[in-house]
Amino acid sequence: MYWNKEIETISRKDLEALQLKKLQKALQAARTTPFYKKVFEENHINIDAIKTLEHIKDLPFTSKNDLRLSYPDGMVAVPKKEIVRMHASSGTTGKSTVIFYTAKDIKDWADLVARCMVATGATADDVFQNMMGYGLFTGGLGLHYGAELLGCMVIPAASGNTLRQIQLMQDFETTIIHITPSYCLHLVEVIRAQEIDPYTLTVKKAYLGAEPYSEATRKKIEEQFGIDAYNSYGLSEMNGPGVAFECTHKNGMHIWEDYYIVEIINPDTGEVLPPGEEGELVLTHINREAMPIIRYRTRDLTRLIPEPCPCGRTHYRIDRIKGRTDDMLIVSGVNVFPSQIETVLMKFPEVGNNYQIILDRENNLDRMHIKVELYSKLFHGDIKEIERIKNKLKEALKALITINPRIELLEPGSLPPSEGKAKRVIDNRTL
Amino acid sequence: MAYQVSVFAENKPGKIERITSILANQNINIRAITINDSGDYGIIKLLLDRPEDGCTALKEEGVAATLKEIVAVKIGDKPGSLHKVAAILKDHAINVDDAYGFTVKPHEESVFVFQVDNPKAAERVLKEAGYQLLADKELYLL
Repeated sequence: MYWNKEIETISRKDLEALQLKKLQKALQAARTTPFYKKVFEENHINIDAIKTLEHIKDLPFTSKNDLRLSYPDGMVAVPKKEIVRMHASSGTTGKSTVIFYTAKDIKDWADLVARCMVATGATADDVFQNMMGYGLFTGGLGLHYGAELLGCMVIPAASGNTLRQIQLMQDFETTIIHITPSYCLHLVEVIRAQEIDPYTLTVKKAYLGAEPYSEATRKKIEEQFGIDAYNSYGLSEMNGPGVAFECTHKNGMHIWEDYYIVEIINPDTGEVLPPGEEGELVLTHINREAMPIIRYRTRDLTRLIPEPCPCGRTHYRIDRIKGRTDDMLIVSGVNVFPSQIETVLMKFPEVGNNYQIILDRENNLDRMHIKVELYSKLFHGDIKEIERIKNKLKEALKALITINPRIELLEPGSLPPSEGKAKRVIDNRTL
Repeated sequence: MAYQVSVFAENKPGKIERITSILANQNINIRAITINDSGDYGIIKLLLDRPEDGCTALKEEGVAATLKEIVAVKIGDKPGSLHKVAAILKDHAINVDDAYGFTVKPHEESVFVFQVDNPKAAERVLKEAGYQLLADKELYLL
């Protein structure tokens, strides 16, 4: 079953010809943006000389930091009135990475998501309960529009409030859920605690995304819930979810190459690796009017699976994400950099410069625990004052990273000093 | 005027040992000790015969310590002794944040120590009621 058989089963030769055509168009659009105009000029790049797909290697990479530096709209390639939506991820010094979409971009994104869903066997008869966060985060709205386009009944439940989620599933006979793997494990436990047999629910499929997880976790979810779980990959820079998705064969995620040019590089040298080798995923968005992004370094480690898939789709697959090439943490589906936390802590003179971030998984939910030292010169002997500092820190962190951390104030000198290679992050979670 | 030393300490074994060893090395006497516990950490409050020296010594060892103004009032050691003081504070609408006490001479004399927002006002009303307030020096001589 296909959503768009012609494009999903296109021959590699035709696909590559289409990619080249779209790449050339995307480069023309990119040249109109202040960011790429400067990049092309500084690197003496003549985009009209890009005559084959291999020439993409001659173009410089785009990094997350480039997006931040272009804040708010240095990479926008269309007049403002054509933009209909933005999404953003939290940023370090208050600067987010912002992505813009035209009406066509939103429609195309939904179309891609519909493609993904049909590849898992979804139809208009399905009831889709979307348990991802709505709002600036792309996880919620991204799949929402695709599921509506496919004709599913969408329950925009968003995340949290587990008992209500179960009630919705029962009352509206949900057949597909979109959820983070850790929350899914928690959900199954709560279902059981309600003395409901998960196998008696109408749920048949779960789309698991927004955080890395292992094949063992997938198996566990499938067995405990009695469902099929599908791996989903996306990042806001490339729209959001729907970039790559598993088909019913559940063996790697088809990455939609008519929208994205895929490269795997050596993260240290930037050299492009041959298909099949593990490295950093680099994506070029060749299908977005509002914001073309060239050779974006995702920092995600994976490998390309060029072998044909029995489902008949000719678009290559990428393997499960193995990890990151930077220090980004994914906590309850939210991307967090230790530097963001550091920036918040440094705004509080009452705490010292040393800190430690500890990540644990309790009842399948991620917990963040931050240890900071009290700065002795600003200690006034008042327990209420210390509680106040703790609460202020907690709120400042929650406002920035949307996660509610536990703050532990330590005596001065109890954490390893900031010089050298202090271990700032202790991740006790197992995939 | 009297001062106590307030120390920030994690709620872990060995914390009192560390603080008392620093004070013992300086030959500082502890008249009273109390701990405010708040889960992960607590505030250890120490009434010392030489609060300034004690506080400096603790800080030099990297301990988060500070001097805090308190009210120390000499009361009897009989049933109702504390009640009389409490009644005066109540009549003047003085709110006590934190308090502790210790006996000086059994059945005769004890000391009630407390923290308030405005120690001077509390001292004044107690003085007017005929109570003896203890300053650092007097605490030392007890």
